Amino acid sequence: MAAALELDGVPTVAVHTHVFARLARATALANGMPRMRQSFVPQPVVDRTPDQLRGYIEGADPISKRPFVQEVIEGLTKPLDQEDLQGLSFERTTPRLLEPDSSENLHRLFFENHWTDFLPVVLPTEERVERMLKGTKLPADKVVGRLRPAVFREFWEFTVEKVAVNAVMAGARPEYFPVILALAASGVTARSSSTNSFATISVVNGPIRNEIGMNSGIGVMGPYNHANAAIGRAYSLLSQNLQGGSVPGETYMGSLGNWYAYSAAFAEAEERSPWEPLHVQKGFKPNESAVCVFFGGWYTHAGYGPRATWQEKMRRCLSAVEQYSPPLLVLDPIAACGFAELGFDKKQKLIDWCAENARLPAREYWDNQWIQYLNRPRAVAGVEPYASRLRAKPDDIIQIFEPEEINIVVAGGETQGAWKMISGALRGMASVDAWR
Amino acid sequence: MAERVTAHDPRGYPPKVTGKRLASRLDNLERKTVYLVDCLFDNSEVFMEQLRQWFAARLPSVDARIIKPRQSWVDDPDMRARIAADGSAAILGVGL
Amino acid sequence: MAERMKVHDPRGYPPKVTGKRLAPRLESLDGKTVFLVDCLFDNSDVFMDLMQRWFGQHLPSVKTRVIKPKETWADDTDMRKQIAANGSAAILGVGL
Repeated sequence: MAAALELDGVPTVAVHTHVFARLARATALANGMPRMRQSFVPQPVVDRTPDQLRGYIEGADPISKRPFVQEVIEGLTKPLDQEDLQGLSFERTTPRLLEPDSSENLHRLFFENHWTDFLPVVLPTEERVERMLKGTKLPADKVVGRLRPAVFREFWEFTVEKVAVNAVMAGARPEYFPVILALAASGVTARSSSTNSFATISVVNGPIRNEIGMNSGIGVMGPYNHANAAIGRAYSLLSQNLQGGSVPGETYMGSLGNWYAYSAAFAEAEERSPWEPLHVQKGFKPNESAVCVFFGGWYTHAGYGPRATWQEKMRRCLSAVEQYSPPLLVLDPIAACGFAELGFDKKQKLIDWCAENARLPAREYWDNQWIQYLNRPRAVAGVEPYASRLRAKPDDIIQIFEPEEINIVVAGGETQGAWKMISGALRGMASVDAWR
Repeated sequence: MAERVTAHDPRGYPPKVTGKRLASRLDNLERKTVYLVDCLFDNSEVFMEQLRQWFAARLPSVDARIIKPRQSWVDDPDMRARIAADGSAAILGVGL
Repeated sequence: MAERMKVHDPRGYPPKVTGKRLAPRLESLDGKTVFLVDCLFDNSDVFMDLMQRWFGQHLPSVKTRVIKPKETWADDTDMRKQIAANGSAAILGVGL
């Protein structure tokens, strides 16, 4: 917005907290305005008292070490030089092939350039990429889509061949390639730069699951199947490399990081589920293959059941989630069948029950930095259901999710009636068949 | 000597960057209207209120006004038009 | 032909397995005491109770006694002694 204001003719200074300095400068550069005036205050601003914030204002900019207000006032009044007036235009590209080198040196280059997840990768040689491309009928130069690490960053574009390169690096086989292309085409990055350390969890449905031997049984969410592991890893690697990086301090700002980000893809146990599969719920035909991408992995609760006190347990979990990130429930078939026996003969009934029972006092709901940041402006603008939640008295108990935000997937090996409740907002869906 | 391998570059294609010029700067802020744009991040309104109070105490001739966009992370052209029409400068914060 | 490589086996060393013989079988269960060992897993007491009832109805000459170890997943030597001294056979369940 600062760049837009400058173009409107308004001299502007953007204030950031100091840990975002590298990111703010990189964003300004990518905007063609590398000399955008930026001033910095210490992190955090959240939870600081008015007096502490006044101290920031009267103190020094932690990056320039000069008085903060002096930086701000000079940013608005100091005359521009020639470079300021020009901006900076430039073309960038990435080559198709790297300079030939020894395998050892290339591996080192990939690590040093942050092109890996710091585990060994398969070098994407011409022969291997050629083999991967045989996994689809689509031409290598077809544009698959665009990805970016955050909404305020630039989109990078990529082709079928570039996706194949990353699929090779992850150790994928050509028969997995249509699933990997569908994930790449979903428009959702698996390498968000969110400070919440969001990852993605990908669910695969339809005939492709069995054609490529994906696991929906024992250890479904663990390292026990080549297709699951390689597809999840390929999605992660392609996200970071095709979007322009996922480098801490520059293109990644997740405070704690997230282990789901290594590899998180699995198949729904459609044959063992008492309910209709996820992709059918979302409008695909049962004989179509599709991927659904959930954005989250921030919290994970777990339980067994349903047992006699399942409602109390589930209510506690639903009220303990982070209220800006709706839950994805993964139920072992034993648990799913147990719920079906209790009368939840459709997934939707259990989803509705969860939505009705995900409740918090309004005071607690609004006392959350992301709810304040993302939902409060919508509430103030009168957008429902946020406006009603804001009208509630502090001690009123309010519903915190709509049924449309909650999803259920059945998977697991039936060694026990387990379930997990994972932070996961459905952000993208794509046909796999379109990429075969 | 180790065998030389040719590998693909795994990165996508970045967009072209088009240079944009900054707006002309003011000679000074005296008797000017400066919009303090609250970026809606948690507690940024408290920060902006403190900045407004700082201007009132230290540079009282500056008319510092707090303004908020409609939504987080979304451009608000109406708000920008208002700043351009009624203001001389803007301070945005506190973004990430 | 591709170059042949020599690599290490990544596995650890498994323990030696020492063969153990099963106990001699009974000619029949008539008049014998069979211990029903409840392995303490969730709901296994209900299962063992039903087993006992089944014996009561279908093989009333078999004396069944439900017994529980002191702890889950730990050998209970006292319990085993009691079974060996007072029983002729044992049925364990329901484990995972």
